[in-house]
Amino acid sequence: MSGVMEKARKADEGRARAMSGLRERWAALPRSWRYGVIVALIVLLYYLPGLQPPLLYTPGTDFTTVLFLCAVYVLIAVGLNVVVGLAGLLDLGYVGFYAVGAYSVAILGSPDSPVVVKFPWLVCVPIAIAIAMVSGVILGWPTLRLRGDYLAIVTLGFGEIIANIATFSGITNGTRGIGSVPQPSEANWPSWMNWFPGAATGQPIFDVAHVVGYYWLALTVVLICIFGVRRLERSRVGRSWLAIREDEEAAEIMGVPTFKYKLWAFAIGAALGGLSGALFFSKQQFINSTTFDLFTSILWVAAVVIGGAGNQFGVAVGAILLAYLPERFREFADYRLLTFGVVLIVMTIFRPQGLFPSRRRSVELQDRAKEVTVDA
Amino acid sequence: MPDQGLGTPLLEVDHVTLRFGGVVALNDVDFTVRKGEILGLIGPNGAGKTTCFNAITGVVRPTSGAIRFAGSKVVGRKRYKITRLGIARTFQNIRLFPEMTALENVLVGADARHKTSVVGALFRLYRVRVRANELTAVTAGSGMLRSVQSLRRTGQKVFGLSRHTLEERAARERALELMRLVGIEQRTGELARNLSYGEQRRLEIARALATEPDLLCLDEPAAGFNPAEKESLLALIRKIRDTGVTVLLIEHDMRLVMGVTDRIVVLEFGKKIAEGSPAEIRDNPAVIAAYLGVPTDAA
Repeated sequence: MSGVMEKARKADEGRARAMSGLRERWAALPRSWRYGVIVALIVLLYYLPGLQPPLLYTPGTDFTTVLFLCAVYVLIAVGLNVVVGLAGLLDLGYVGFYAVGAYSVAILGSPDSPVVVKFPWLVCVPIAIAIAMVSGVILGWPTLRLRGDYLAIVTLGFGEIIANIATFSGITNGTRGIGSVPQPSEANWPSWMNWFPGAATGQPIFDVAHVVGYYWLALTVVLICIFGVRRLERSRVGRSWLAIREDEEAAEIMGVPTFKYKLWAFAIGAALGGLSGALFFSKQQFINSTTFDLFTSILWVAAVVIGGAGNQFGVAVGAILLAYLPERFREFADYRLLTFGVVLIVMTIFRPQGLFPSRRRSVELQDRAKEVTVDA
Repeated sequence: MPDQGLGTPLLEVDHVTLRFGGVVALNDVDFTVRKGEILGLIGPNGAGKTTCFNAITGVVRPTSGAIRFAGSKVVGRKRYKITRLGIARTFQNIRLFPEMTALENVLVGADARHKTSVVGALFRLYRVRVRANELTAVTAGSGMLRSVQSLRRTGQKVFGLSRHTLEERAARERALELMRLVGIEQRTGELARNLSYGEQRRLEIARALATEPDLLCLDEPAAGFNPAEKESLLALIRKIRDTGVTVLLIEHDMRLVMGVTDRIVVLEFGKKIAEGSPAEIRDNPAVIAAYLGVPTDAA
């Protein structure tokens, strides 16, 4: 057994070396080349629904729908990464913010909701983001004075409370749910978009049967959010988050207002969670209380950890795997939790830093592995 | 060295007592740090030196007594606000941010003086008022943007440049300068955890200096150093003092303390037992007794 592990670990070390080499090579490329590659990748992402690539293609489910799901999950992972990966706060109730965003849009925009007002989508979404953000601040204000395990327990409770409110409160209609969640727009595809499959003239852009419009919307939102978070990451804000993650007390003594930045991390995470909920249920058109359980929260944290907490590319890959694999291998979808559990165990043994670790963490864990071998 | 205000009280520790349950960690400790000096705080193990530092930097709150820094109250203030007041410190057991690079560690210190908000860092609004000492950072840019910036500079307002970018550039320059000062400029991109022990101690000093303090508190900066390293550290401490920073130094090594300090305060069992110039302290019987123990027949 130990021989097998040894071999696997060696193979993984080799891969890690190859990857860090790749990273250096990427950093060494001229700026224009890097931008070129990124633009090409983005174009490819937008074009994916038209390609229907043979190996990736999902049997039994519309491929574009799966892509949309992936995009929403990436948005969730990017938001959760700010809280878990950058600021180092373990949040097990993230589904709560997702639910708050989703229900805000449904309640404010749907004619079926008990609330009489009916706002258009474009008004609902900013309000939903704001409400999610405020709920993040309300949750964070008293609880961010707690540390580690305690924070995890409180956030876990928050997720459950939101789920219970969704089930039992009159305004959310419980398990019967709310239908006719507003769509982003009622407009039809213009004729000049005819060339793209799924974008036929006269068809509505946001249509449950042809979700290209939804996918493009979600992808655009995701790209903007990734860009925004990246900007924060590379400023004093990101530095403060990392310092808090590393040593909160030392950070505060070095002049970092730790509580303020933790609260910001929480608020930004909550806003992104709310936005992803709003996006997903605008496509779904129907919302009820059954989808917001604890397992969802835990799966999302698992996706962030498996992808590589702290690295946006890594967590995006983790989220895509979480969304895509059950759709691709439908026959195993029921074993999703089991599979994730096994993968997590295997990962903690062979690759605790995640698939695509942030630069810092990979170095840390490599060193730790070296220390272990020296001790043995 | 600017002579203005030299010798006026900078930090006043005013009859501070601190109890942890039944243990009296500090008992009516009273001393003053004067502007521009290097004050040594010495005493045997467990005398309360680090506790005293913790009280000054807001880590623990004294049971009674007051601490004033340049006239403002320190006790009860939040820790990061004490730092912004102008007190910086290092730790006896090194507490860097291990997974951040050496440069980033120093930048975190520099952030204590930065004004970019979260929203500002996100949107980077392109117009900024520049202080005179930041002007070099404006011209540090390159290419087309720089010429646009210098073209459209009217007085102190610079267009096409955000507060974030300006502060980031200025901080980077300053951080490199500090790392040169403490002698680890060749290690900027290395993770803090990968630095050698001595480099980590020096990095802590650079990080503390980046917060632009008036008072630098060093908690056993020479612990674990060999004589040669201690010698260069002494030189560094003097150099730091000569840039106008007052230094409060905890140190075990008597020779080192005698060699660098202007005045010395001695603690034993949480009480101040002596205060004076190095020569006075050396001959003080109470200090000798505290360090060497008192023969039983004498007691």
